[in-house]
Amino acid sequence: MAQTIAEKILETHLVDDKQKVVPGNVVRARADLVLLNDINGPVTFRHFANMGVGEVVCPDKLALVVDHFAPAPNALGAQLSVEMRRFAREKGIKHFFDLGKGGIEHTLIPEQGLIGPGDIVIGGDSHSTTFGAFNTFGTPMSWAGAAAIMALDETWFRVPESIRYNMHGHKSRFVTGKDVILKILQDGGVAGALYKSMEFGGPGLAEVNMDERMAICNMAVEAGAKTGIFEADEIVRAWADEHCKRPYTLVSADTDAQYVSRVDLDLSAIRPMIAKPYSPDNVVAVDEVRNVHVDQVYMGNCANGTITDLRQIAAIFKGRKVADGTRAIIVPATQKIYRQAIAEGLVDIFVEAGAVVSTPTCGACFGGHNGSLSDGEVAISTVNRNFRGRAGHPGAQVYLSNSYVAAAAAIAGEIIDPAHI
Amino acid sequence: MKVEGFVHLLGNNVDTDVMIAGRFLSLSDPAEMAKHMFEESDPGFRARAKPGDIIVAGTNFGSGSGREHAPLGLKALGIGCIVAASFARTFYRMSIDLGLPILTSPEAHAIAKSGQPMRVDIATAVIEIAGQKIQAEPLPEFLLSVLRQDGMVNWVKQEVRRRKAAAG
Repeated sequence: MAQTIAEKILETHLVDDKQKVVPGNVVRARADLVLLNDINGPVTFRHFANMGVGEVVCPDKLALVVDHFAPAPNALGAQLSVEMRRFAREKGIKHFFDLGKGGIEHTLIPEQGLIGPGDIVIGGDSHSTTFGAFNTFGTPMSWAGAAAIMALDETWFRVPESIRYNMHGHKSRFVTGKDVILKILQDGGVAGALYKSMEFGGPGLAEVNMDERMAICNMAVEAGAKTGIFEADEIVRAWADEHCKRPYTLVSADTDAQYVSRVDLDLSAIRPMIAKPYSPDNVVAVDEVRNVHVDQVYMGNCANGTITDLRQIAAIFKGRKVADGTRAIIVPATQKIYRQAIAEGLVDIFVEAGAVVSTPTCGACFGGHNGSLSDGEVAISTVNRNFRGRAGHPGAQVYLSNSYVAAAAAIAGEIIDPAHI
Repeated sequence: MKVEGFVHLLGNNVDTDVMIAGRFLSLSDPAEMAKHMFEESDPGFRARAKPGDIIVAGTNFGSGSGREHAPLGLKALGIGCIVAASFARTFYRMSIDLGLPILTSPEAHAIAKSGQPMRVDIATAVIEIAGQKIQAEPLPEFLLSVLRQDGMVNWVKQEVRRRKAAAG
């Protein structure tokens, strides 16, 4: 039977190959990697301890990253890192990335070559859909479910229905992958792909590089999707040949696969987009937002902390200053990206412009630390969520955008089309 | 698996940041999480919620950040079941794996009013409210088996015992 990308990947990971990979069925399957951070890790460890199994049956399939309460903002946060270190040591987890050794998990894990095309990757964190950029079935899971994999090397999956997005056309200047997913959210809403696999294909794939693909798949979860996957193409193959530490399998959908809908995405029709408070689907084109002063501009996180993003920010910042009354925070996603930015002279441009450059951390994105907002403050941010209260005080407002638009707002002190800088 | 309690009616797209804010994610004790549920959007919720009570919500319940603190906190408050028109999938999965019964029924959300008594049979997915019987989407048998074990931790314990016995 003709299959979608999600169905093909699930089928190759079945525990019992007599089970049918049909949308709606619950099947048992093995994952290739389980990714936990300092929020979901310690809870998962407790679930695992309560299962009474003792040792992790698949220690090399586990990756632990300290990135949320890192550097620890307080004693409670520090305790979480301690639990991560202890578990890694006691259970012999070799893929352990402490502060200074890694960065933000969803950018770090592909950078390290720990995932590949055709893999199933489970994350305790909701943005584990990011891995779809690499033709990987990446999906967030319950932490108890992650613990079950550590105990049994398998878990249950409900086979998702799939939506096909056919990308074509050339994108305009200042339009990025972020705008593609914001456009999808504008059209389909935060439940537009509920429980589904969003699958991206078509001649327009070549318009978005790996970093921009990550931004698209990252926010697939904002449309309610179980996963968002790019079809295998030459860009995926080239990436995999350079990075993957294990053999990989490029996966494409069958031409007659069953999709619940097929969506046409004309990239040439997409403008730089903004999601207004308080939902990622409250989306308009940037030139529809007028007279919005921004107190803070936050550029980074697992959607947009890549070297591509930092170059985009630098293109806007070079020779300019962050506006008085506005503060800018830039967070490279990983240590490697940070060093690359230094080598390319980008960090110098940022600091010269009057921005703060932070160590890699999820900090302010989830309102944990490192740039939280006060009552009444307005921010533009390249992160993925702007729910009420997420970035600090419930009275704060967050607009979401790509890196060009955020950087332009930092210079202008208000939301502005980067073409008008 | 039968639940009987009073309805707390909520709307569409209730996200997990609203249920419990990010700054409480360093908490590990469910009883502590329970103290912060809906703290900013509905501070009276915690006092109104009684053991066995049922949340009835609209579409995409539990959207946004995947955090077990949300279903764990609701379970610790005594919420016996959640019935929604649809669920965000990570929240759905977390609830099942933590032994918090949830059922999908758009009809229930159209009928239910806050404070009404409601009965839910999880195994058959039959809901009784305001003198009516509603058939919600039945849960797949595997998910019911996880709920019967009060979640994935006990399910794994049982599965490990079963495998050991089978191996002789």
